Amino acid sequence: MKKRGYYGEYGGIFVPEVLLPAINELEAAFLEIQQDRQFQEELRRLAEEWVGRPTALHFARQLTEHCGGARIYLKREDLAHTGAHKINNALGQGLLAKRMGKKRIIAETGAGQHGVATAAVCAMLGMPCVVYMGEEDIRRQAINVFRMKLMGTEVRPVSSGSKTLKDAVNEAIRDWVTNVRDTYYLLGSVVGPHPYPLMVREFQSVIGQEAREQILSAEERLPDYIVACVGGGSNAIGIFHPFYEDKEVQFIGVEAGGEGLASGKHAASLLGGRVGILHGSRSYLLQDDDGQIKETHSISAGLDYPGVGPEHSFYKDSGRAHYVSVDDQGALEGFQLLSRVEGIIPALESAHAIAYAAELAGTLEKDKIIVVNLSGRGDKDIDTVARVLGVQL
Amino acid sequence: MNRIDTLFLRKNHKTLVAYITVGYPDIAATREIVPLLAASGCDMVELGIPFSDPLADGITIQQASYRALQNGVNVPLCLETAAELREKVTIPLVFMGYFNPVYHYGVANFCRECRQMGVDGLIIPDLPPEEGDNMEISAKQEGLDLVYLLAPSSTDERIRLVAERSQGFIYLVSVTGVTGARASLPAELGTFVSRVRKITDKPLCVGFGISTPEQAQNVASIADGVIVGSQIIRLIEEGKGDYDNLQTFVCNLRTALDS
Repeated sequence: MKKRGYYGEYGGIFVPEVLLPAINELEAAFLEIQQDRQFQEELRRLAEEWVGRPTALHFARQLTEHCGGARIYLKREDLAHTGAHKINNALGQGLLAKRMGKKRIIAETGAGQHGVATAAVCAMLGMPCVVYMGEEDIRRQAINVFRMKLMGTEVRPVSSGSKTLKDAVNEAIRDWVTNVRDTYYLLGSVVGPHPYPLMVREFQSVIGQEAREQILSAEERLPDYIVACVGGGSNAIGIFHPFYEDKEVQFIGVEAGGEGLASGKHAASLLGGRVGILHGSRSYLLQDDDGQIKETHSISAGLDYPGVGPEHSFYKDSGRAHYVSVDDQGALEGFQLLSRVEGIIPALESAHAIAYAAELAGTLEKDKIIVVNLSGRGDKDIDTVARVLGVQL
Repeated sequence: MNRIDTLFLRKNHKTLVAYITVGYPDIAATREIVPLLAASGCDMVELGIPFSDPLADGITIQQASYRALQNGVNVPLCLETAAELREKVTIPLVFMGYFNPVYHYGVANFCRECRQMGVDGLIIPDLPPEEGDNMEISAKQEGLDLVYLLAPSSTDERIRLVAERSQGFIYLVSVTGVTGARASLPAELGTFVSRVRKITDKPLCVGFGISTPEQAQNVASIADGVIVGSQIIRLIEEGKGDYDNLQTFVCNLRTALDS
């Protein structure tokens, strides 16, 4: 029998006892809403009216010509409300929290995209919200911090450890442990203890379901490649999973290479990590020789995380997906390239996928098709990019 | 029968358990403090293995853990320190630590070396019974007690599960929350302890938030033992190498439990 919450040998429920009852309650509630027509209808309605789904699948003609090879399509999650795919999961879990009768929502955020999405959902549902965010990320994502505050969310700075996403997750879990009876932890990626990786995948699978229909309608066939960036891995799982059984479709996950894998300053858990346990699940993990979690580095705050979703670890070992990395420099180039040729400024996270897809397209025949998940828009990264390029704003 | 079982056989004796982080503020201090704790009336010491992401701990133990890691404390050094302490004290020594460093070291190796070094048990707060099968097998093989935890949020069903699987004693977390001294303990602690007591005869030790002799005495009136951690770390920090206040505090705890 498949063990509860496992993907091969990855996943599980490695959390303190105090959370186990909450996790059991959450799992039961989630299984229930999956079968509940009324819930699914409400989710569908809000996804359409409030999020703006379906998002377009855009044939990137200029980028395709520029690369001179495979046809490149962009799944435009950057057009979703609040500017990234994160809203799909935040909306689903927010509705679930409300249905469970929870009084308060907490979340962690790195780049601020999940924080903003959660803040928006909480404002819309009329629920109080606290978002934990590393001090380092607050510095590099000031605009998103202000957006959250505008929507009535309290942003709590986290000053422990590396002051980034991992530490924000630690603080959110400490809050959850303390207020477990009335608080819902709205985790933003396919990480954490079961049922989060499953639940987040299900709420994000709308990306792949739409993309599948859209590409069939545009090309009358499935793509050869799907490319997505991977930090925790929610946008990647969301677009990969509905194509899981289509073995002819190759999945490519692009991790953050930071200053290069050899430098040790990166966030590529699948390429540079070893199996371990963090934040409730067993997965690939960037850790030192003593099993302590390493500090990570990426130009994009949203990928700056030492772990990765357990399902990605399973995809890696089984060979269903292939994982590569793009470094900070490559991401910057992808960021500028897409802005220049398509008039779309991508999030730095998504720019990793753009950069890899552009390179891949050039090596392929013109009859090949690549779908890239453009997981978010880049407005939030303008300051960072300007600084790195030496531009005074 | 191991040292932990023997300890809980003592009639009319409440068990006092102290937690310290190995290597805080340095390894020499750990070597000195544990015998002092034993001499002042502690019945068992939890040796904390530091971890970079101690998500069940409040700020005091987080900082101790951070400092210990700065000092280069790792699993091999914790094992070595336990062996040295075993030469000096006869009370049970248990390791308390998050799962990843142990997992990384290798569960079977870790358990074997624990036995060789004279360690009696293990407490791993992020390893619930659902995930504990392998660890239980290795621990049992080496005669180590794998102690599971319960919290006020635990349902009766979970209390039964943990009661069946926990070895040595059951660690009752007094509050829904992280470790750390608290001005007062929750009013429903009594209800929680009696819910567990109804289901099992295993020894029950209560920890999290206990920082004064009065609190310890209150808790001991309903449980078999009390666990004190953050307050001990705080006194170690304040003492700056002088452990008189720590000794006085532990003696006072002992007196409170014995009265």
